[in-house]
Amino acid sequence: MAQKQRQKKSNTHYVTIKGTKEGLILHLDDTCSFDQLLEELETKLIHPGTEDSSESPKITVKVKVGKRYLNKPQEEILRNIIYQKKNLIVDIIESDVITREEAEFMKKENEITSVSRMIRSGQILKVQGDLLLVGDVNPGGTVAATGNIFVMGTLKGNVHAGCEGRKSAVVTASVLNPTLVRIADQFINEEENEQVYSGECAYLDEEDNTIKFDRLHILHQIRPGLNRL
Amino acid sequence: MGEAIVITSGKGGVGKTTTTANIGTSLALLGKKVCLIDTDIGLRNLDVIMGLENRIIYDLVDVAHNRCKLHQALIKDKRFECLYLLPAAQTKDKSAVKPEQMKKMVTELKQDYDYVIIDCPAGIEQGFKNAIAGADKSIVVTNPETSSVRDADRIIGLLEQEDIESPKLIINRLKAHMMENGDSLDVDEIVSILAVELLGIVTDDELVIRASNRGEPIALNPDTKASQAYRNIARRILGESVPLMSLEEDKGLLKKVKQFFGMRT
Ligand SMILES: Nc1ncnc2c1ncn2[C@@H]1O[C@H](COP(=O)(O)OP(=O)(O)O)[C@@H](O)[C@H]1O
Ligand SMILES: [Mg+2]
Repeated sequence: MAQKQRQKKSNTHYVTIKGTKEGLILHLDDTCSFDQLLEELETKLIHPGTEDSSESPKITVKVKVGKRYLNKPQEEILRNIIYQKKNLIVDIIESDVITREEAEFMKKENEITSVSRMIRSGQILKVQGDLLLVGDVNPGGTVAATGNIFVMGTLKGNVHAGCEGRKSAVVTASVLNPTLVRIADQFINEEENEQVYSGECAYLDEEDNTIKFDRLHILHQIRPGLNRL
Repeated sequence: MGEAIVITSGKGGVGKTTTTANIGTSLALLGKKVCLIDTDIGLRNLDVIMGLENRIIYDLVDVAHNRCKLHQALIKDKRFECLYLLPAAQTKDKSAVKPEQMKKMVTELKQDYDYVIIDCPAGIEQGFKNAIAGADKSIVVTNPETSSVRDADRIIGLLEQEDIESPKLIINRLKAHMMENGDSLDVDEIVSILAVELLGIVTDDELVIRASNRGEPIALNPDTKASQAYRNIARRILGESVPLMSLEEDKGLLKKVKQFFGMRT
């Protein structure tokens, strides 16, 4: 009896597929168990009415799982089953929930850490998120952040913004005269170019993937995201 | 109870030993009870500059290893009421002394002396750690050269992590004409990078070398500018506020000389 009910319900509710302007979206209900989902995916996706599309070129699908948290193995299982049964390539799996760990990581990534000291030769200061340094970075000293770096003092040493790959990260300093600037995976050093160090900020120009220097007041146009007001 | 001051620089050859000898001499001239410690194990030369080389019987390593009593290893400088030297050993083993042993010696010496001045070896390794182990205060010596300033900065960073009063700076071997021509870093530049209190400036003077070679620190000879600089530093250490000797004077002199010879200034 229970078996029958579940079967019935899952056929109608747990898995729905929609075509939208952005492409196919597969909605997976978040009230049933993961196994129930899989079970229904198996049956629903081999539904005869949709079988012909298995011959057509592979299309991608976005999977929305609502308030269900999926770990990496579960995501993998979903991807596999959707690909095998329907020839759909999962583009992205979107969940409305994240773990506390992920939430804390994201929070840190968006936080500004302020540090009030001098970074002297041989010293390395690295933070997650943005760095606000109230002090100088001397030649031979290094500051790094996964986000932006704002130096209130004179920046003469090495700087690495977006040090884990964030290309939108910027560097600003009251006096920007660094030995080496790195943003994400690009770098530029003193010898590279004489005129580059005019201004108080540095950013990565996505167009030609090189680091550019400019006046501070231009920055809000280049990186509107810096405005959080 | 006295205080222990370590003289350090990171880079070698900038004048730590010369500074130690001359600050010690100047403090002794001012009537203070002073003990100098040479921690440059394997490369001792504070004894040579002080002219006390031929009287060494025991050394720092002997004291650390209890081969003699601390007071037995101290050499008295007969020119002064109370100036002593604890010489370094000539052994090659730099790890012959440990920081705790240094600390114990310095603490003991502070009972009897007003100032214990510790001459630090170059580098940031064991010798450096030994030298700073018992220090209450520190003086960083730099030359007006980029590499020297860079090392001084590194050392200041390390000192700031220790339980030592914020380091003070001595700029040694300043050549006024090079500074004027922009051929060397100028005082303001150095102070703005290192951002520590300037304790004194000593000009480059071959009389310093000559005096050291004779085993008579320049500070003994009151007539030279370098000697005056060291004496002023000593008085600043005692807490007197002595204005920096004006380099303007030098500049003025240089200008006058140049004008005299009809050169452009
Ligand atoms: N103010 C000065 N003017 C000229 N020569 C100096 C001065 N100070 C130090 N020197 C010379 O520089 C050399 C290195 O000095 P030293 O005190 O032995 O340096 P360190 O102990 O730092 O290695 C020596 O030959 C010394 O005589
Ligand atoms: Mg020396």
